[in-house]
Amino acid sequence: MQVVIVDLGLGNLNSVRWALERLGTNASITSEADMIPAADAIVMPGVGHFSAASARLTEKGLDTAIERRAGAVPILGICLGMQLLFERSEEGGRGLGLLPGRVTSLTRPAGPLPHVGWNTVQVSASAGIMARAGSGDAYFCHTYAVRPQDRLLGSAYTDYGDRFVSAVQKGLVCGVQFHPERSGDYGAAVLEAFLGLAACSR
Amino acid sequence: MLKPRVIACLDVAADRVVKGTRFEGLQSIGVPDDLARRYEDQGADELVLLDITATRERRNPDFKTVNRVARALAIPLTVGGGIATAAQAGQMLAAGADKISINTAALARPELLKEAADRYGTQAVVVAVDVRREGPGWRVYSSGGRTATPWTLADWLRKAEELGAGEVLLTSIDRDGTGQGYDTGALKAASRATSRPLIASGGGAGPDDLERALRIPGVTAVLVAGVLHRGEVTVMELKRALAGRGMILRGA
Repeated sequence: MQVVIVDLGLGNLNSVRWALERLGTNASITSEADMIPAADAIVMPGVGHFSAASARLTEKGLDTAIERRAGAVPILGICLGMQLLFERSEEGGRGLGLLPGRVTSLTRPAGPLPHVGWNTVQVSASAGIMARAGSGDAYFCHTYAVRPQDRLLGSAYTDYGDRFVSAVQKGLVCGVQFHPERSGDYGAAVLEAFLGLAACSR
Repeated sequence: MLKPRVIACLDVAADRVVKGTRFEGLQSIGVPDDLARRYEDQGADELVLLDITATRERRNPDFKTVNRVARALAIPLTVGGGIATAAQAGQMLAAGADKISINTAALARPELLKEAADRYGTQAVVVAVDVRREGPGWRVYSSGGRTATPWTLADWLRKAEELGAGEVLLTSIDRDGTGQGYDTGALKAASRATSRPLIASGGGAGPDDLERALRIPGVTAVLVAGVLHRGEVTVMELKRALAGRGMILRGA
């Protein structure tokens, strides 16, 4: 299975690759759009600014390449990568628009922002990768969160004053606001469920 | 609900984990890789790895050690020591750090915080602040506690937040390695000055110390080193003791 990690030039990608390796799956990291068509699964990690990541997607032609594969192969957006699956962000810039909705800052946080640390991921979906992984504690590090237009897109929720959507799935398009690659055994279970989806859809 | 983090700290010099008292008298404890794995297995919520001699020796941060440690970890890793440019911050993230911690270089050139935050996001930038009690307040020190700066704690935190620091690692030099508990006065002052999450560091040994710090608004994490290195207590024992006092922690 060819898993491709999309490099938006924004920070730590290796931790995702290593987490997949621990599950016995080799992944390649690329910033080239021509690597996307051959992928059996696409992982889009990301940290930093939405607008900067959005610009990288466009300038490299990655947006078109990924949009073309959406629906055919599983896609997992992590943190900012999840936010990029949506249409636009308060931070500025357009996302891939694979999922309807927008990205806004957390409102009425229960503590300081950014929301940094381990919090509970409560799964609401009865099918999909989060239903397979189940609820658990995961590591978060973010200030913004997705607001899907359709509530049913949310597959898990997390409470930080504001109860926000911490995972989404629509068909093969998945996103998690937390960092599965840095969330211990629970994170590994989420990644394994995603790889399971990839194995089924080949 | 956000769970308070118990963070294990590895101070590294010449590829060995070291520990001293009030930043002096460093003794070798072990190999970073072994200790990182041990503390992750014990239930640490995060690991902080500080190359404590890079700045003093005016050399590049130790990317190799970071890379080795990061590869084996499945919990977040914050790395500091010797990061003086946004490019080095980027190299550190590429080596496997999830967050970078900046101390002396930011005091020398505060814009570095902004450059790093603009590039990698505020959530990736931790400002590490070393303070000593001075009269009614706290003075910020640079270069591993060796040099007094013109900054008071409150002024520096306000400036660092404005520039883009996403988290504050606050170490009391007075308490470092003493096991006398965190400097809760400094933590309270910091909590009033910034709205960023605070990590308490320096002097934390027992559950009482950890609880006292974590009850301060804005303190979302406590850093522990000496008692773990000496094998006096494990991370999970500390977490269970806190859970026994009504706090909710991951896995405890």
